Amino acid sequence: MIQFTVIDRNGESKEVEVPEDINLNLMELLKAAEYDILATCGGMALCATCRVDVESGLEQLAEAQDQELDMLDTLPDAQTVSRLACQLRVNEQLQGIVIRIKGDLA
Amino acid sequence: MSNNIIHTDLCIIGAGPVGLFAVFEAGLLKMRCHLVDVLPQVGGQLSEIYPHKPIYDIPGFPEIKAQELVENLMEQIKPFDPGFTLGERVEKLEKLENGIFAVQTSDGTVIHCKAVVIAGGLGCFEPRKPEIENLLNFEGKGVNYMVKDPEVYRDKKIVLAGGGDSALDWTIFLANIAKEVTLVHRGDTFRGAPDSAEKVFKLAEMGKINLILSSHLMKINGNGSLQSVHLLNKAKEEITLDADYLIPLFGLSPKLGPIADWNLNIDKSAISVNTEDYSTNISGIYAIGDINTYPGKLKLILSGFHEGALMAQSAFKHVFPDQKLSFKYTTVYGVNSF
Repeated sequence: MIQFTVIDRNGESKEVEVPEDINLNLMELLKAAEYDILATCGGMALCATCRVDVESGLEQLAEAQDQELDMLDTLPDAQTVSRLACQLRVNEQLQGIVIRIKGDLA
Repeated sequence: MSNNIIHTDLCIIGAGPVGLFAVFEAGLLKMRCHLVDVLPQVGGQLSEIYPHKPIYDIPGFPEIKAQELVENLMEQIKPFDPGFTLGERVEKLEKLENGIFAVQTSDGTVIHCKAVVIAGGLGCFEPRKPEIENLLNFEGKGVNYMVKDPEVYRDKKIVLAGGGDSALDWTIFLANIAKEVTLVHRGDTFRGAPDSAEKVFKLAEMGKINLILSSHLMKINGNGSLQSVHLLNKAKEEITLDADYLIPLFGLSPKLGPIADWNLNIDKSAISVNTEDYSTNISGIYAIGDINTYPGKLKLILSGFHEGALMAQSAFKHVFPDQKLSFKYTTVYGVNSF
């Protein structure tokens, strides 16, 4: 099982546990778990509404590709710890990380 | 401005794959269509964003390139001779007393139709705005989200904000025009085109621009029009810059745009529809494709095609209220062009 922590917009922290073979990206998983994100573009790194800040474990994650970096670069409030959930596969790299939901809601 | 009103049966807002296929389904039922799209070409996301990417889930096509699908759809709807208004954004929608809908675009084109089909995909791409309290008060009074006419900035003091390619490119370009150019970036490096980033650093070294890194916009001030921009740096110190213009360049994000003001039921930036016919809460207005939402919604082109077919069956009663609709297979009756 993969376990990690999600902090929602109200600051409430929850442990999430999913099987290794779930074959989803993090945005899809967050939506399925009914977290408050828009994910307007459906995972194409176009809208950045699935942005998360990785508060712990950033170094474990696969490096962002150009398309994700381009998008993060344009955001007015992205931090160095910001990632797009749609570009992160849910796999063992997420083990133990802590993310905070950030993307715009409008 | 055009004074000629376009008359049609269905006005389809959005000329992406789903909007295009809706023309086919409408055409089989003898309904004429006119499509409007803010982009200068048909195809929506497929042509604008990923024309050369393969799509694997179009029934009957193990693999097809996005642009090829658009071209095929254009071929498929040719018999029904749709009209197109491209490069214009739909701004207004109103229902006239005779039950006809009037759709008006940003350029003043007016379309009168019996039913409206919103196939707007992700919506319109609009500039992403930074969170500054009184930003809206200064829009058009010193705050511009895009550079339309560089001459406006001649001999002016301007502050650009952003770290993407367009922030870099405009900084370089305006360095020769404006009196003073400051580029503010939240990070301390630029991940955009290395050439542009290098040029910006060089201009800063030469004293031609003012480069402020690791800082973000905090507030803006002015008396009627913009006078100063206030930043906060990493050390939480406030920096004040005199400025005639602030140009935040934080990319574009998809928004519903004017559609959000048409009294349609909206759920999380998507239009709620009845899955029986993909009608909205307003009789005669339908929403199909990525822009709608309903329990179990999948944002797939193939779902949009299905939605278009059911929409057409339902829209028929708005276009031909006195006629009875009988369902016909193309295999039996063929495709009868207009």
